[in-house]
Amino acid sequence: MAVRVQEEDFDAGVEMARLRAADAGVGAVATFVGVVRDLNDDASVSSLTLEHYPGMTEKALEAIVAQARERFDIRDALVVHRVGTLKPTDQIVLVIVTSAHRGDAFDACRFLMDYLKTRAPFWKKEQTPAGARWVEARASDDDAAARW
Amino acid sequence: METTIARPTDAPFRDDAAAAPAASITVNVVYLARLRDAFGRGAEALAVPAPARARDVLAALRARGGAFADELAPGRAVRVAVNHSMARDDAGLHDGDEVALLPPVTGG
Repeated sequence: MAVRVQEEDFDAGVEMARLRAADAGVGAVATFVGVVRDLNDDASVSSLTLEHYPGMTEKALEAIVAQARERFDIRDALVVHRVGTLKPTDQIVLVIVTSAHRGDAFDACRFLMDYLKTRAPFWKKEQTPAGARWVEARASDDDAAARW
Repeated sequence: METTIARPTDAPFRDDAAAAPAASITVNVVYLARLRDAFGRGAEALAVPAPARARDVLAALRARGGAFADELAPGRAVRVAVNHSMARDDAGLHDGDEVALLPPVTGG
């Protein structure tokens, strides 16, 4: 189980292949990639800056992955979250889960994203034509996390 | 306007001054994201009367008024982390602790 916080981009294909190659018991690989969009709350976004809380971020992500391990029958998981300044179409976050079967892989992947969105110490500041603004948390994210 | 004074809550009565516990502790308060912008600083040392809980730090900051009172008003969704772990308002604090104030997170 690994978590990484980094400025550099990631290659989902490379990471998935790495998890498969390491474990012949893997029957299912579920992958999610979060991407920067050019529109949020009716405003055009030209760039997005991801801030985090150094010292706590990895710890918080590891705790979320540990919860996924307890709840679901998974063999491995990887979370990579970028920080720094990104632009539309850039990748933000990668979640990969491996399992013997697809049910737990799909569920754990969704769980990890729902919990990351509501519990991991990252904050987005977006640049719009009207200036920079901090993105507001969404009630829908809390609702999604509460369903687990 | 509410005046909040942080008071020791469980301090035992002592008449032996030589063995008295420290009257205050100093914590490093860290402000993240929009709070850093609002307060104009990323962190600061803060002395609070001992024994102190996380909510005592919030109350002491609120008492400054201005942006502190606005952003940390009761009902505002600010969470507290102590030494890099999420904590409740009643978490006990020790000298040298890092107390971070986190706005609602928006990662992913």
